[in-house]
Amino acid sequence: MNNIPIIKLENINFGYDSRFILNNLNLEIFYGEKIGLMGPNGSGKTTLLYILTGFLKPFSGKIIILGKERKEEKDFLEVRQKIGLLFQDSDAQLFCPTVKEDIAFGPLNLKKSRTEVKEIIKKIANTFNIQHLLNRPIYQLSAGEKKIIALATVFAMDPICYLLDEPSDGLDETTKKRLKDLLNTWVKTCLIVSHDKEFLRDVVKKIYVLKDGQIFPYQDFFQEG
Amino acid sequence: MHLEVFAEGNSFLHKLDPRIKILVLLLFAIFCAISQNLLIPFIYLLLSIFLVWLAKLHFKTLLNRIIGANFFIFFIWIFIPISYQKNPYIDLGIIKLSWEGVKYALSITLKCNAIILATIALLATSSIFSIAHAMSHLKVPDKLVMIFFLFYRYISVIHEEYIKIKRAVLARGFKSGTNLHTYKTYAYIVGALLIKSFQRSTEIYRAMLARGFNGIFPLYEHFELKKIDFLFGIILSIIVILIYFL
Repeated sequence: MNNIPIIKLENINFGYDSRFILNNLNLEIFYGEKIGLMGPNGSGKTTLLYILTGFLKPFSGKIIILGKERKEEKDFLEVRQKIGLLFQDSDAQLFCPTVKEDIAFGPLNLKKSRTEVKEIIKKIANTFNIQHLLNRPIYQLSAGEKKIIALATVFAMDPICYLLDEPSDGLDETTKKRLKDLLNTWVKTCLIVSHDKEFLRDVVKKIYVLKDGQIFPYQDFFQEG
Repeated sequence: MHLEVFAEGNSFLHKLDPRIKILVLLLFAIFCAISQNLLIPFIYLLLSIFLVWLAKLHFKTLLNRIIGANFFIFFIWIFIPISYQKNPYIDLGIIKLSWEGVKYALSITLKCNAIILATIALLATSSIFSIAHAMSHLKVPDKLVMIFFLFYRYISVIHEEYIKIKRAVLARGFKSGTNLHTYKTYAYIVGALLIKSFQRSTEIYRAMLARGFNGIFPLYEHFELKKIDFLFGIILSIIVILIYFL
């Protein structure tokens, strides 16, 4: 398991209109790796996550996820069920009438039974300390609360690999700390896009930088003060 | 969603003043709609095809739009030839087709397509913003212009919201099937779409108010009428009127 990458991108090219965003990009994520991804605004971090989950199709290059090449929409169903994506904008993530139903949505798609889903909701609510929010309508939540619920919906699916786009954005210190603990204990493999250096330092082992359409290792990240 | 595909061009028609284009189109549409028989609508159709050719539009996209619009005309072909109360009839056993009815349906088809093509060639070659802008120059009431502009603006906002929700649904491994979970999910999508577009509109309204919006879109750039605009307007108007009296 450890020597086959969960995610492998080979020479990915992508752009919007005539503007190139990803330029012969290569990336490998192995089981058990925790990676932080940094990069200037507009460098294509979110685009990269959308390519990994099949929402954007690269102009050229190979996407190999869980050992299989993924090309068409139907190839990505398995990817989306096993790899959890947290959207940068929580409003983009949540759409059900209540928090409870939103958390249940993923597990239901994984064909879990009603009783199992109930258990999952209970467990997730305890972990994220959101029991009091379960029956609230989504649109009444604050921005920070939406972020927590969005995270909860991803964790509820218990994915093999987490792709998190700015997970610490807008969270208070207590919640951020809880999220760090969760990422350290619960999550084995993840790719976290963030500008929050302190947060990354506490949860990941490796930092990549996306610049000029390619990925580079950030060598001195953990030595810097 | 990209609604202004035709506005990105560099042809002669793209460069014309939208005010002139609106006026000429108005004239074209009125004369075309009230014209009689089959020959004159057909000549109008030829004229609109010429305008489309002048605008150098992408043929495939254009064809898609035309087919979409003709879907509605299709129903005219079902009902009018059967229900038209005029001789002579073409007897097909169970049903009688009125020859006059067929002619009438054909005339409607010709006129509709002529007007649609002319609208695409003349109006779709300007951006919606400059059309709205031109409308307010032509003394169309500010409220109407604003409703028109916001209506257009929000089709794409709602579409964006829809794409976001669809991604959220797919990202968590949803697969549609014949079951309650699927129906429930679709209902949630529609519900979320309504709430989210309402929220978006409230937010944008606030953002507009925050920047001093008082109900009128201020005009920043102004058009400049050139000789070629006048020339085009006059020549095309004369052609349109001449065809009518042919």
